Amino acid sequence: MTRRRPVPPAIRRRRLLLSVANHSVAIALSIAFLVPFVFILATSLMTNEQALSQSLWPHPFRWSNFHDVFTAFPFLRYTLNSFTYAVLATVGVVLSGVPVAYALSRMRWRGRQAAFVLVLSTLMLPPQVTIVPLYVIFVRLHWIGTLKPLIIPLFFGDAFTIFLLRQFFMTIPQELSDAARVDGASELQILLRVIVPLAKPAIAAVALFQFLYSWNDFFNPLLYAGNNPDSWTLAVALTQLTTLSRGVLWNLQMAGALLFTLPVIILFFFAQKVFVQGVTLTGVKG
Amino acid sequence: MATVAERPGAVPEQVRLAERRRRRRRSALRRQGIALLFMSPWIIGFSAFYVYPMAASLYFSFTRYDILSDPVWVGLSNYQFMFTGDGLFWQSVRNTLWIIAFLVPLQVAFGIGSAIVLTRVKRGLSLYRTIFFLPTMVPLVAAALGWLFLLNPAGPINRFLHLFHLPEPLWFYDPHWTKPGLLLLGLWMVGQTMILFLAALLDVPSHLYEAAEIEGAGPWQRFRHVTLPMISPVIFFSVVIGVINGFKYFTEAFVISQSGDQTGLDNPIGYPQDSLRFFTSHLYQQGFEAFHMGYAAALSWILFVVIMACTLVLIRGSRRWVHYQGGFR
Repeated sequence: MTRRRPVPPAIRRRRLLLSVANHSVAIALSIAFLVPFVFILATSLMTNEQALSQSLWPHPFRWSNFHDVFTAFPFLRYTLNSFTYAVLATVGVVLSGVPVAYALSRMRWRGRQAAFVLVLSTLMLPPQVTIVPLYVIFVRLHWIGTLKPLIIPLFFGDAFTIFLLRQFFMTIPQELSDAARVDGASELQILLRVIVPLAKPAIAAVALFQFLYSWNDFFNPLLYAGNNPDSWTLAVALTQLTTLSRGVLWNLQMAGALLFTLPVIILFFFAQKVFVQGVTLTGVKG
Repeated sequence: MATVAERPGAVPEQVRLAERRRRRRRSALRRQGIALLFMSPWIIGFSAFYVYPMAASLYFSFTRYDILSDPVWVGLSNYQFMFTGDGLFWQSVRNTLWIIAFLVPLQVAFGIGSAIVLTRVKRGLSLYRTIFFLPTMVPLVAAALGWLFLLNPAGPINRFLHLFHLPEPLWFYDPHWTKPGLLLLGLWMVGQTMILFLAALLDVPSHLYEAAEIEGAGPWQRFRHVTLPMISPVIFFSVVIGVINGFKYFTEAFVISQSGDQTGLDNPIGYPQDSLRFFTSHLYQQGFEAFHMGYAAALSWILFVVIMACTLVLIRGSRRWVHYQGGFR
């Protein structure tokens, strides 16, 4: 063990200066990242005349903007649509993803390797390649203008969910399934009683990812539901506010954008752990 | 094996073996059936939403098709028109290459830079990290609308530039400034990239830095010869994902074109003056506004081929500069 020698004052001063410099850079960057939020929030609390003027701070504070968004536009409808899409999509990917991931990771059968490669290849496929025929299919099914094209396909397996769950299922010791098998449990019982309880963190992570993806999704709702205002999600509706009100209403638009962001930020703070687990599971690291 | 005593009157050996083999085969068959049953959601989804659409899209790309009437075979003319007759296609290619050429390197550099800042603060790391990451959590549509406001000609950013007597561009109203405006938005949302770099930087063993210091390497040399090689796999990953996302660039541009001027008129795709017409915007307009489904299918196949080719080229090229610990490639 080496005894700690007192640090010479010159070195201590250098360290202090370095630390001040590092924190100044970090603080400057923090301000750059945060300032947009401040301006957006400030604008959402202004009257529209003020928002169009050059003033930067609300006077008076118009908290009613957050209420007016719901009365000036069918904002509740849009919110419900967004929730419907996000919740059902999440249920869909989990329900269909769990058994598929189980078969791909914990059962031995012919064609398993090939099936896994195909799952991976759909993960890489840019979605634009399939949208033209999919659109035609949904036209034939009379699903265009509804939320069905966004939700129903997700009940038939989602590559990202399957991949992530499979990676997690692989880490569960094989002895646990073998023990259950000796006790006469069927594959379904093993899946539901052994694997699913152990895989709760991974299932929570994929559920969170899918919820956020669907909530934020713009392209699919625009493509499949864009022609019917009754089916607009918040993401689509927010881009139409200026058109709907025949001129920009910065205050309401910013208030709407903040309301749209709020659930995501809340989820982020409550579920940071789940989030981090999910990211490490996908193995996207060094 | 020899412990099982032969009972008198036991079944002859061969019959027993055959019985066991049959039983084993039956149970394997059963297992195969159960596995396929578990796989069935994906099997249906894969056939209906991938295999058929891929094939159909290839077929449509050789036809003229507007959904209402049946597709008419036109051979290669969609592709021919794309490369020789469609000026807007080339405009969209130029815009897409522009955004890839600027956004990807800037995001990587800024991601590394802000991650390095995070590694150097001792106290308050988790607070800074949360702040740096926060913008990434904002839904893309909300972020685009937010920046549309921030960069409006009378908006906060131009007021700030005005304070310092700097030029105040019209941003999303001026075709020359629309894409630089998108770069600002892209840099604000750098969090995901930054987090990956942060993890990679924290993974670099400190003895490498110590060794370099003993050898007399200055800060720049340590960064160039220790840090960069050690985080090169993450740089590679970010570049590949960045390029792929660049080819799929759509939402930000669509939202900003759509609400770009404050008049509330329905703006065309790529407004102003096609400066925001990206590859996917062009595809969207051709397919789902003009209902040139055959042409849109051809565009989507070209996109697919280009993305695959770029990824392959990047992987090929990576062997020269990506350093994997443990030596495997």
